[in-house]
Amino acid sequence: MGRYIIRRLLYMVVVILVVSIITFGLMHAIPGGPFSREKALPAATLLILEERYHLNDPYWKQYVDYINNVLVPHITTTPPSTALADDCLVNVKIGKVWIRWMNFGPSFKSRSRTVNDIFRDNLPISAQLGTMALLVSVSIGMPLGIMAALKQNTIWDYIGMSISIIGVSVPVIVLGPIFVWVFGVALKWLPPTGWGAQPPYILGFLPSSLGWDFFKHAIMPSVALGLGASAIIARLTRASLLQTVREDYIRTARAKGLHERVVITRHALKNSLIPVVTILGPLFAALVTGTFVTELIFGIPGMGKYFVTSITNRDYPVIMGTILLYAVFLVIANLVVDIVYAYLDPRIRYD
Amino acid sequence: MSQVDQIAKPLGLGGIPTLKKRESLVKDGIRRLVKNRAAVLGFSIILLLILMAIFAPLIAIKSFDTQVLVDQNKVPTWILSLFPTMKPYAQISSAYPLGADYVGRDMFSRIVYGARISLTVAFIGPFISLIIGVIYGSISGYFGGRVDNIMMRIVDVLYAFPSLLFIILLLAFFRSSMSHLSPGSPAYLLSKFDESLGGMFFIFVGIGLTAWETMARLTRGQVLSIREKEFIEAAHTIGAPNLRIMFRHILPNILGPLVVAETLAIPGYIATEAFLSFIGLGVNPPTPSWGAMISEGANSIRSYPNQAIFPALALAITMFAFNFLGDGLRDALDPRLRGTQ
Repeated sequence: MGRYIIRRLLYMVVVILVVSIITFGLMHAIPGGPFSREKALPAATLLILEERYHLNDPYWKQYVDYINNVLVPHITTTPPSTALADDCLVNVKIGKVWIRWMNFGPSFKSRSRTVNDIFRDNLPISAQLGTMALLVSVSIGMPLGIMAALKQNTIWDYIGMSISIIGVSVPVIVLGPIFVWVFGVALKWLPPTGWGAQPPYILGFLPSSLGWDFFKHAIMPSVALGLGASAIIARLTRASLLQTVREDYIRTARAKGLHERVVITRHALKNSLIPVVTILGPLFAALVTGTFVTELIFGIPGMGKYFVTSITNRDYPVIMGTILLYAVFLVIANLVVDIVYAYLDPRIRYD
Repeated sequence: MSQVDQIAKPLGLGGIPTLKKRESLVKDGIRRLVKNRAAVLGFSIILLLILMAIFAPLIAIKSFDTQVLVDQNKVPTWILSLFPTMKPYAQISSAYPLGADYVGRDMFSRIVYGARISLTVAFIGPFISLIIGVIYGSISGYFGGRVDNIMMRIVDVLYAFPSLLFIILLLAFFRSSMSHLSPGSPAYLLSKFDESLGGMFFIFVGIGLTAWETMARLTRGQVLSIREKEFIEAAHTIGAPNLRIMFRHILPNILGPLVVAETLAIPGYIATEAFLSFIGLGVNPPTPSWGAMISEGANSIRSYPNQAIFPALALAITMFAFNFLGDGLRDALDPRLRGTQ
């Protein structure tokens, strides 16, 4: 297992490198640079700017420098300075040496900020929203699917499956405005915009207090975002559980006189969860990328706006940073899924 | 449907895929589909939407892009009873059945014409992803070994791309790199073609380029499961070329699950287009798209909820219909799920 994980981690690095090459190539292939304006800057100014951000280096050098700054840990004796070009996400001091890692570079658009600043300020909010949405989708989807499967072909089954078909048919751009109007404007139950959590965050992203202040802002966006995913989980849980309860070992468990509740929870449910777990990885990734529509609709100050604006502004470090970040999310989510998979189904061995 | 077929099928004797039998399988599927009320409802809604899109100029008498500035945000009276918060300030005009938008365009006409975009995506998106995915997946699965390994690793890497971000990047690339081109080059022709379609072409390319991966994986799996069957071996022994075996012998046998998967993916394509239009990367204005309308309406959701909620409902109904139909198709055609119903 340990060997398998190491191999997967190495493979992950390869994937991230390929993603970064494709993104780098594509982004430089888009005509216009970060400093192109309607009214062109004087040639001398442009030259200085390009010099400063090393944009006049050959492409391969820019790429190698970037990867060097982001992926390779640097060991120095100089303490970190406050210079924008020197902003690392990870600074560890061991004795007299500093290990510094993940310098994503400055943002070209907002000159006083770095990509790491964006990660520190805005990413935790997106992560909170994504996690809440995942919780919503699991806590609605699984019970719905289990209910539908256990009461197959009854009214409960039909209700459950109708709810789930509604869920997959209303994307967040449909549900968002409706929620805002119904609960935010007409009924005035919840604030239509904004976000309740403020830094500092526990573990980098968990809000320090989980009070009503947090939830009153979080309920609408996380339900709007999570409902579609909950429908997928419900259908998958139902299909998988229906298949599992037909297995021979379930009959055996019943035959040896186990209580029905034990048969379902201990034997059927655990085994039927395997396909559900496999989809959680991609689903979480979809939720996290989905956060940015949700953030636009509900006015949440997360990473959302940077996706689109960084590309239209040709803000190269921000484009690279956001895409790499999400690629890492995806790959790690899939790795975690594979490990949980092995735990749930001991027959699966990775060597 | 001959009697022999009906008896032979359950007994597993009908190993030779004759044309007649395939027809009866399709008929069988259609019969099951027609019995599924939700699927029939979905299918009827889709038919209505198609008719609405084709005859849009006859249904929507008002122009979808004429701005009547004096009629900005006007609503008919019935909307006030639906959205009572608008009563104090709303201006009434019965000329617009669903109200006028923020520059005084008829919402009803825009929603009717918006169906054209969503439906085109609903039919062309699967087409592109099916073609790329099936070709890629069958080559990978059929040849196996190292070819398979390399091709599937490529898909794995592309899977790690956040697909929406990839589409945005691609669209930015297409749109801006095509804007200053010398006339006559192929890229220039492509951009003219895109313009003539109101900006839809590059959306298809963007969706197609990201959506084929799932289809490729599915196709590969299906091909692998069928590659070692006797009738394929028989085809090999009589010297059939690879291409013929792939497209004449394997493809017809795996098409069912692929079509089902693709139908179920349609709502996703519709949502992607709506989303792209929502963030302003969709079709070129003033061509109406539901996503763009929701986005414009969302800006004034507190004062004029009708401007966001009606296009949102149109989008939701369309996605419902395709989901119902896709579900029904899967139950009717996918043999693995028979019996779970």
